[in-house]
Amino acid sequence: MTVLVIAEHVRGQVRDVTFELVTAAGELGGPVTVAVIARDPAALDVNVAGVDEIVNVAVEAAEFESDVWQRAVEALVAERKPQVVLLGFTVNSMGYGPALAAKLGLGFAGDVHGLALEGEAVIATRSFYGSKVSAELEFPGAAGVVLLLRPTAWTPAEGPGSATVSAFAAPAGPSRARHLELVEAAAASDVDIAQADFLLSIGRGIGERENVELFEALAAKLGATLSVSRPIVDAGWMPSSRQVGQSGKTVKPKVYLAFGISGAVQHLAGMKGSGTIVAVNTDPEAAIFGVAHYGAVADLFDVAEELEKLL
Amino acid sequence: MRVVVCVKQVSQLGDEVEFTGDGCDVDPDYLDSALNEWDGFAAEEALQLRERLGGEVVVVTCGGEESEQALRRALAMGADRAIRVEGAGRDPLSVGRALAEVVRAESPDLVLCGVQSSDSVQAATGTVLAELCDLPRVAVVTKVDYDHEARKAVVDRELEGGLVDRVEVDTPAVLTIQTGINQPRYANLRAIKQAEQVEIDVRTAAGGAEAYRVRRMFVPSKGEGAQLLKGSPAEIAGQLLELVRERLK
Repeated sequence: MTVLVIAEHVRGQVRDVTFELVTAAGELGGPVTVAVIARDPAALDVNVAGVDEIVNVAVEAAEFESDVWQRAVEALVAERKPQVVLLGFTVNSMGYGPALAAKLGLGFAGDVHGLALEGEAVIATRSFYGSKVSAELEFPGAAGVVLLLRPTAWTPAEGPGSATVSAFAAPAGPSRARHLELVEAAAASDVDIAQADFLLSIGRGIGERENVELFEALAAKLGATLSVSRPIVDAGWMPSSRQVGQSGKTVKPKVYLAFGISGAVQHLAGMKGSGTIVAVNTDPEAAIFGVAHYGAVADLFDVAEELEKLL
Repeated sequence: MRVVVCVKQVSQLGDEVEFTGDGCDVDPDYLDSALNEWDGFAAEEALQLRERLGGEVVVVTCGGEESEQALRRALAMGADRAIRVEGAGRDPLSVGRALAEVVRAESPDLVLCGVQSSDSVQAATGTVLAELCDLPRVAVVTKVDYDHEARKAVVDRELEGGLVDRVEVDTPAVLTIQTGINQPRYANLRAIKQAEQVEIDVRTAAGGAEAYRVRRMFVPSKGEGAQLLKGSPAEIAGQLLELVRERLK
């Protein structure tokens, strides 16, 4: 099955998800073509095992721009007619992947975390209803399908590749949403949660702003660094430098102790590599228990209070 | 100015689940519903733009009568008008197509959607809508600096890993709004009561191809799952502390 993978990169670095897409493409049989859309595509190395062909698409934009990327991929799809187009389920892809499917009349699914082939049909597995159920999707009648794959769901392809390299000229056109500059969201702060051995991480379950202090005190007593999930940052209770997850920091401490974090996909992607994960949550069905090594279904304040007494 | 805000009444699954007879969806009896979290932020952003520049906020949803709850919530926050489109599928291509018919007719200066819906998480509808209306779009926006005279906006796009891409976008445009961009206002009781009386403009979607067909829905196997620490909170705390100390050695 012919697969077109679109490489992801930022600031001249190829992002890991690109190599995960190559692994997924291999599962569909291939041949696997990786398109590198960039100002200087040849400078980005995507020649890993499993890639049959690299297509360099030189564009003027210094970083991702949705119109530029969409036009390039549209032209590639028109010429190559791949059966499957694989993109990462990333912020860049969200800006043009679904549009591609809408314009070209292709099938589409986002946040796909499983793929299977049945004869010539692709079956995509993804979650619904807060990741509590999964569904198998089929794409009857579609000439092709655009799938955005969940980062970290496949292992990245590695090892030296032997891909052929060609160039493709993308048609010119306007760019209506233009990249100006990249800035670091998180202000410089006193702590780097990515460097901590022991994180005490709190989420929506703490309920009130006042309770942040309680856990700051507990973290200090435990010798842990306090980190948080997205809702705590959104509420303005802690700075984004403390946020664990896809839009925050990816962490791999020896111990990750999660209080009141249900485990959104984006959060799990940022901490599932931790050495030992311990979760305390009142909801026995919380997704965090799926990645935790140890879990307690309990009131987090009761457990926190008892912990305090032991310290 | 006119801002269209697309909202969704999302479904939430509790502890238990049963599937429909065909096995392709969750039995609605097991679902609660609420305004999609992201859409509350989109509505707030639209209201703040109207407060600064005047004009109106039109809120649109796609779904059955029960989805009017999302519209009424946005009306209670302060939206001026509400439109519901029924008869479309629930996949992003069908929803985007249904919303596009409304957006084209409204000729808005800006269209705001939530980044994604909590029950489906595909982050696709806004981008499909933009394509079908031939509008520029920026996904996952955490800051909007809109210049009505210049027909442009400078917006922050939240990339992965704490990186932000500042983008200049021509308007009209579709922006998908990320949580945390503002603090959505609460509606007071009087506003909620008034919103219940507002007449909602109901339209019917034209058909078209769906993004996918659900073949089977199931509860995923949990794998090995977490080893449970049991007992009273004191006992749990004890085991937890022992475990932490052991693993930090």
